Amino acid sequence: MPNASPFERLPNRSRAQVTVFVEDEPVEVCAHDSAAAAVLAAGLLPSRTTPADASPRAPYCLMGVCFECLIEIDGAPNQQGCMIPVRDGMRIRRQCGARDMHGEGAHDHA
Amino acid sequence: MTPRPRNGSRSADACVIGGGLVGMAIALGLQRHGLSVAVLDEGDIALRASRGNFGLVWVQGKGDTQPAYASITRRSARLWPDLAGRLQEQTGIDVQLQQRGGLYLCLTEDELEARRRMLARMRDAAGGDYPHETLDLPQVRDYFPDIGDWVSGATWCPEDGHLNPLLLLRALTERFRAQGGVIDNGGRVQAIDRHGESFRITTPTGAWSCAKVVLAAGLGNRELAPQVGLSAPVFPNRGQVLIAERVRPFLHYPTGHVRQTGEGTVQIGDSKEDVGFDSGTTTDVMAHIARRAVRLFPLLRDVRMVRAWGALRVMTPDGYPVYEASRDCPGAYLVTCHSGVTLGALHEGPLADWIARDDTDLPLEEFHAQRFAL
Repeated sequence: MPNASPFERLPNRSRAQVTVFVEDEPVEVCAHDSAAAAVLAAGLLPSRTTPADASPRAPYCLMGVCFECLIEIDGAPNQQGCMIPVRDGMRIRRQCGARDMHGEGAHDHA
Repeated sequence: MTPRPRNGSRSADACVIGGGLVGMAIALGLQRHGLSVAVLDEGDIALRASRGNFGLVWVQGKGDTQPAYASITRRSARLWPDLAGRLQEQTGIDVQLQQRGGLYLCLTEDELEARRRMLARMRDAAGGDYPHETLDLPQVRDYFPDIGDWVSGATWCPEDGHLNPLLLLRALTERFRAQGGVIDNGGRVQAIDRHGESFRITTPTGAWSCAKVVLAAGLGNRELAPQVGLSAPVFPNRGQVLIAERVRPFLHYPTGHVRQTGEGTVQIGDSKEDVGFDSGTTTDVMAHIARRAVRLFPLLRDVRMVRAWGALRVMTPDGYPVYEASRDCPGAYLVTCHSGVTLGALHEGPLADWIARDDTDLPLEEFHAQRFAL
């Protein structure tokens, strides 16, 4: 995946790295990053499409307000990426349209 | 039709006090009669029931102790497709009206039996014309494959429906302005005085003069009505609403407690609390609402909540509307109800016709506030 991210990382915190998978591509990110930061670093654009008209979106406010960063994390749909820290091995996917509550294997508590 | 300044005050044929769903629907209806109309709205500090309501166009069970209310509710429901169609044509806004029927879900046999009896009484009162059915759980499952096993059954009415109340308010407002209507958000109306054949209405930013004045200020009507020889015994009743994330359509009919919007948002109510003018939310009521919703539709158990709010219904002692023309101050009208969505088409249609022409076939004598003084 081409890294189209215009985000430049400032050396202000620990440089410890973890590997997450963005649409199955491994991406090295800082251990204290949010999943939304990983999405931006990976250049996953758009990172979701809207339920109303399928228009393309990407993380925006990065503080839990705008819900533009909704992504699928480890099989769980509609996760607010900016509020969830990365974990080594985390699998992130695009959120395409509205979540379907039926047939969510990884998210089924039954 | 644009109101013009005169003697330092602005004037209109009619002033509607209150820019919510009730006031805007009436204002639009008055414009159909060629009247110049100004809507005097308090502004963003108002209680704004129109922004917080549930969006049902609901028939079943309404007016169980008042056949005239059942009758005007059904009349409004029948008028809705025409109003929604006109708004779409005139403003391009689809208010997402859907009237394919609705279900009231019951969690106990006693609750279901009580509703069955109530609707049977309403059918008798309507001379047999009150379409509805009582459904057992397997029948409910035909409508909702995801229904929970705890549900006893439901009552079904083919005349029920829902719409998007925010889009409706926007469509009404846009159409009103496009026809030259003025919305004055200058603040709360301070006084209504009668001068000869006209009214002078004082607001913080100036005065309006008009031949007709319609009180559509929700809970604010309580203070306004006595200024034109009327009484509006309205009080707040709080409802709390939960909003879940958008999910793919799973609910193809509205229910009394849960509905899904055109965009996929799940809206969950309803509560009724007597807490004065507090429009906040409380954890215990939200938990109760959520628990019931999960019993009705277990797949909601891990849906994410994104918002919650409280809103204040405009209630009367018997829960029915007040529609009344002032005898002391001819030209003044009081309109108050807690179903601004359901009754919206009635308000834009026959009720506005009544105000414009002082003549109507509506059974308005049933809705005078004097009934509370008996």
